[in-house]
Amino acid sequence: MSLLSVENLVVRHGLLQAVRGVSFTVERGERLALVGANGAGKTTLLRAIAGAHQPAAGRVLLDGADLSDVPSHKRVGMGIALVPEGRKLFVQMTVEENLLLGKTAGRPGDWSVDRVLEMFPNLKPRRHARTGHLSGGEQQATAIGRALMSNPDVLLLDEVSLGLSPLIVDRVYDALQGLISSGTTIILVEQDLNRALAVSDRVICMLEGRVALEGSTRDISREDVTKAYFGLHRKSTGSVPA
Amino acid sequence: MSAASTSPVIERGTATSRIAAVAVAVIIALLAIAPQFLSAGAVDRMTALFIYVILAAMWNALAGFGGLVSVGQQVFFGLGAYFAIRLADAGLKPFASLFVSAIVVGVVSVPLSLFMLRLRNGEFAIGMWVIAALTHLLVNLDRLVQGETGTSLISLNVYDAGTRRMTIYWLALASMTALLAMLFGLLRGSTGAAIRAIRDNEDAAASVGVRVTGTKRLLFVLAAFGIGIAGALWLATSITFQPKTYFNVQWTAYMIFMVLVGGIGTFEGAILGALVFFLIETWFGGTGVWYLIGLGATAVLFSLFLPRGLWGTVEERFGLRLLPVGYRVRLPGNPTAPADDGTAPSPRQSTQHQEKA
Amino acid sequence: MSNQIIQGILLGGYYALIACGLSFMFSVMRIINLAHGSLAVFAAYALWWLASRFHVSPFVGLLIVLPLMAAIGWTLQRFLLERSARGGALLPILTTFGLAIVIDNLLFEQFGADTRSLAPYIGSLSYDSWEWPGSIYVGKLAVIMFATAVVLLGGLQLFLTHTRLGRSIRATSEDPDTAGLVGVDARRVNAIAAAIAMVTVGLAGAFLGMRATFDPYAGAPQLLFAFEAAVIGGAGSLWGTLVGGIVLALAQTLGAQVHPQGFLIGGHAVFLVVLFVRLSTSGLGLRGLLRLPSRSAS
Repeated sequence: MSLLSVENLVVRHGLLQAVRGVSFTVERGERLALVGANGAGKTTLLRAIAGAHQPAAGRVLLDGADLSDVPSHKRVGMGIALVPEGRKLFVQMTVEENLLLGKTAGRPGDWSVDRVLEMFPNLKPRRHARTGHLSGGEQQATAIGRALMSNPDVLLLDEVSLGLSPLIVDRVYDALQGLISSGTTIILVEQDLNRALAVSDRVICMLEGRVALEGSTRDISREDVTKAYFGLHRKSTGSVPA
Repeated sequence: MSAASTSPVIERGTATSRIAAVAVAVIIALLAIAPQFLSAGAVDRMTALFIYVILAAMWNALAGFGGLVSVGQQVFFGLGAYFAIRLADAGLKPFASLFVSAIVVGVVSVPLSLFMLRLRNGEFAIGMWVIAALTHLLVNLDRLVQGETGTSLISLNVYDAGTRRMTIYWLALASMTALLAMLFGLLRGSTGAAIRAIRDNEDAAASVGVRVTGTKRLLFVLAAFGIGIAGALWLATSITFQPKTYFNVQWTAYMIFMVLVGGIGTFEGAILGALVFFLIETWFGGTGVWYLIGLGATAVLFSLFLPRGLWGTVEERFGLRLLPVGYRVRLPGNPTAPADDGTAPSPRQSTQHQEKA
Repeated sequence: MSNQIIQGILLGGYYALIACGLSFMFSVMRIINLAHGSLAVFAAYALWWLASRFHVSPFVGLLIVLPLMAAIGWTLQRFLLERSARGGALLPILTTFGLAIVIDNLLFEQFGADTRSLAPYIGSLSYDSWEWPGSIYVGKLAVIMFATAVVLLGGLQLFLTHTRLGRSIRATSEDPDTAGLVGVDARRVNAIAAAIAMVTVGLAGAFLGMRATFDPYAGAPQLLFAFEAAVIGGAGSLWGTLVGGIVLALAQTLGAQVHPQGFLIGGHAVFLVVLFVRLSTSGLGLRGLLRLPSRSAS
């Protein structure tokens, strides 16, 4: 059984339909990259999986269990953790407090404040600093650490490189590399196509709320993705088989 | 929506609303001659009803259209009465003093608005209450008022009881009609679009260039002026002025009840609410404390389960609109208001959000 | 004069007690509870009823009344405020105002118009005093009240910073949506916060009854005191409410010196002055006067 499946998901923001009937599955240990232009519905999709948006139709299943009526805080307890776009830290609270909040759901696992600080050594001296005073990279590290603290089965990473300098992005991904190679299931939204393809097994390109292209990273060319990104693939037969 | 036959129609009034306009004129005419046929007691009750309508309409103007919930509107009610006492004491004709007093209240509210309108939501609500409490205390200091003992509008006694009753009745009717007409004109005019924009989304309105503060100030001053008239008229009907009675928060409680039950943010709702309140008071007012408990409980229940009030709910269900203050777009094949696409609108943006130009 | 100043400072402890629940609830749930004062008076009546009817000392009575208040807070949040808050920022004002009217008049219906006091049930404590150097007499009750306020505010501060639940409350206060995404049950946290706030209201009600008299309609002035102290105390920490309470009490004391009617006028006046200064220095965009440590322009 797939670890996570999304079935015909429709999500609306008022009258605007941000996600229009999206379906896909994610196997345990898989790393899926979601790419697409701004406004393609990637963030909304991730937030709907995490329970922050109520879908208008369709459903999300985790290990076969329907999550439709499960509020976001319970999904954390079931093993879904989101690193939200824009980091969304509690800026009045310290790094340590933000990390400890990640433990609220009480899932058993190895993650602890110390382990997060080992993964992101740059946070060590800032442990008791308010996150509002941190640099962008430090904030992103805290946000990732906070999600990891819940010992998730599926980690949703939304634009972790947004607003960071290339050097800092490298560092964040270096730190994530251990996680990526350790077999954690990850869905990540990433603007940088090369990076998205480098770290993922499979890629889904979204266009105007729909899946425009889906395929294994090995079989798919950068050009295919670029075409799908701009909606040029429509001229061809449709989506490339996975 | 491509064919010409299915293009939307923009209209101001509806057939119902044109009939309603005629009906309103007839009702006002009937009310004007009604005292000929009513007992003295009934005339007094009708006068009270007119004052309630004023209070409800003015509180609704502030909260329903300006988004400003105040629990201190009794300050203007009290000041309306107090200034009337003061002006009459200074030698002004008693009936003239009632209206000059309301103008003074309106003037006083201008500097107050500069200050208070910068508070938000609950802070504005209680902030106004503090203003009312402080004003009450300061009025008590006036030697003429003699603290809580109070005083009377003695000069009104030069008229005999019958003349006094009729005059106050007609003044109340005229004030009510004029204030409602002012509000109606305001909502239909160019300011009306701004008011509805603010009601639906204040930040969005500001971002497209609506003068939010100016519009709110206008409503604040209008409400102060109107409630000032109501206070002065109440003084005229009861003659005695005890600060405790006039600066009582109960007046605001009545206003909130009327508007909440009638339908916040709808022009007709406030009038309906005043009627409902008037009937409840007539039937249950004698039960004392249980009557007040009932009013409070009804307000709580309406706020939880029917936040659009009676009129708002009727309007939404049946697309009925008697006194249209906005425009509405009628989509072909849909005789009533356009469907809402299944998204539940919040109670604040009641059905009239389709009414924008 | 220094005697009056000390009395004023101690009275500030009471205002801090009644204010901290109001600003606590506002900072967590963004709701100003207009029934706040009425609920404090309700607690005072509950203690009075236990004392006059069953001879339960008000201090023992608190063991019953405080859990009751916590339960009321929980219920209130779950069944009234939560639903009401979904309808926008204005609706809870109307809901809680209606609730205040119901509580006030139910109290009137049940206990009549007579003013009551808990003073007869706390023995000599209501009038005993200590003599401090400089022949200053301070009432024992006033000192206990002040100490309670300090302990309560300090305890609340420690609870918010050092416990898991406290962190959850602060996180919810800062950003309820994101709190949910990290596993915090915002509904539960809000209900707990309301319960805590009502416990402080219960304590405030007890001291209201011990230090003075109350009647069914005493809730409104208590609400205004609480609001004024909370706003004067302003954006600082919980300790701000203590400062706010003291400033309010001192202004009232000063007002009473100037004019026999000046006690309340002084309090309202200092509130408006502080408000005026704050509004004219903060520029536009003032979004909240009542604000706990958490929350900022994030």
